[in-house]
Amino acid sequence: MLSGQQLAAKKGRVTLFQNMDFELPAGQWLFLSGGNGSGKTTLLRILCGLGLPDHGQVLWRQTPTQIDCSVLHREMMYVGHALGLKEELSAMENLRFHAQMTEHVFDAAQTREVLATLGLKGREHLSLRVLSQGQKRRVALAKLLLYPVPLWILDEPFVALDAQGLKVLVKAMQTHLQQSGLLVYTSHQRVEIDAPGMEMSLNS
Amino acid sequence: MRVFWSLLQRDLLLAMRRRTEVLTGLFFMVIVASLFPLAIGPEMDFLRRMAPGILWIGALLSSLLSLTRLFEADYLDGSLEQLVLLPSNLALNVTAKMAAHWLLSGLPLVVLAPLLGLQFDLGVDLLLSLMLTLLIGTPILTALGAIGAALTLGVRGGSVLLSLLVLPLMVPVLVFGAGALEAQMGGLGIEAHVSILLAMMLGSLALSPFACAMAIKLSVE
Repeated sequence: MLSGQQLAAKKGRVTLFQNMDFELPAGQWLFLSGGNGSGKTTLLRILCGLGLPDHGQVLWRQTPTQIDCSVLHREMMYVGHALGLKEELSAMENLRFHAQMTEHVFDAAQTREVLATLGLKGREHLSLRVLSQGQKRRVALAKLLLYPVPLWILDEPFVALDAQGLKVLVKAMQTHLQQSGLLVYTSHQRVEIDAPGMEMSLNS
Repeated sequence: MRVFWSLLQRDLLLAMRRRTEVLTGLFFMVIVASLFPLAIGPEMDFLRRMAPGILWIGALLSSLLSLTRLFEADYLDGSLEQLVLLPSNLALNVTAKMAAHWLLSGLPLVVLAPLLGLQFDLGVDLLLSLMLTLLIGTPILTALGAIGAALTLGVRGGSVLLSLLVLPLMVPVLVFGAGALEAQMGGLGIEAHVSILLAMMLGSLALSPFACAMAIKLSVE
């Protein structure tokens, strides 16, 4: 479903990676490993269409995303280092606007339920400013649970999560993969995911 | 279009939550327009002649002041990335942000202008013309400024660069906006100036969203 062909990226004169080929079928995960500055985030941003590769192309459902990325963007969710949440708004408001902008139906009861499973019960209407880093990340992850899309692209999703949050996230990932979703993620933490997948190292 | 409305609604709600930022630009305009009559003294003829220029400069600077935060907060917290990744048209979504910006910084100026104009002893017909030219002119300032704001995202000293970039583009608005009132004082009528302002407004509103969308795509890369 998602594949990269001969991908290469440079930062200034330094080549981060080149000749990167992979093919990720439905129901599998792709774990990008590598040290700091090895190009994990760059590759993720290229995959989701925020950046352009210096060479090669990304294909989603056999279509190069450089030509038409509208299908990819409809079927993808990206959670990066910056979570894309508004500190002035509450978790509920953030998720409501997210639903409206991604043209999903907002269901308040369901949203409350998902926030409760993420351990945010009673904090739905607090402004995000007063939540901790880990709690904010849980709000961003609630987007993934609420609005199912086939492809998840997650940049360091385990950062700032506690053991319980980690468990909920891994379980969500497994359910997503069982429903033939795709998952691309980076992490410095090794986490067992009970589903087929592959690891790609960016250390040269 | 649903995305457009929800984005507009979100930006207005955010502005409600941080009111001081919105009020800064307005407050600036009020201070500028009130200090001039105090400093110049009560010479009515002189004040009346100065009024168009001062009020228009105030409006221009106050909208410049608020422009830096048009995309910046979204850029810093990652919302701008998410905006680029939406399946809907980015230029349309940028227009929603521009509309919100105008409602918060341009429209209040239009409403406030007659009150400020009174301090310069402008008559009712001149106050109405002032409101009309501001009503047409402030959207141009927002549209042109948005291009600059999008281009200077993530640049150090961006606000200085932004002023340098967009001020030359805004000068014609100032010239024709203030010129309209001077023409009316001279008994020439404001139609010619207003027509040119209208043309500039339509042109900038039509082109600016696309330029902004391109600039934003570049800056989030």
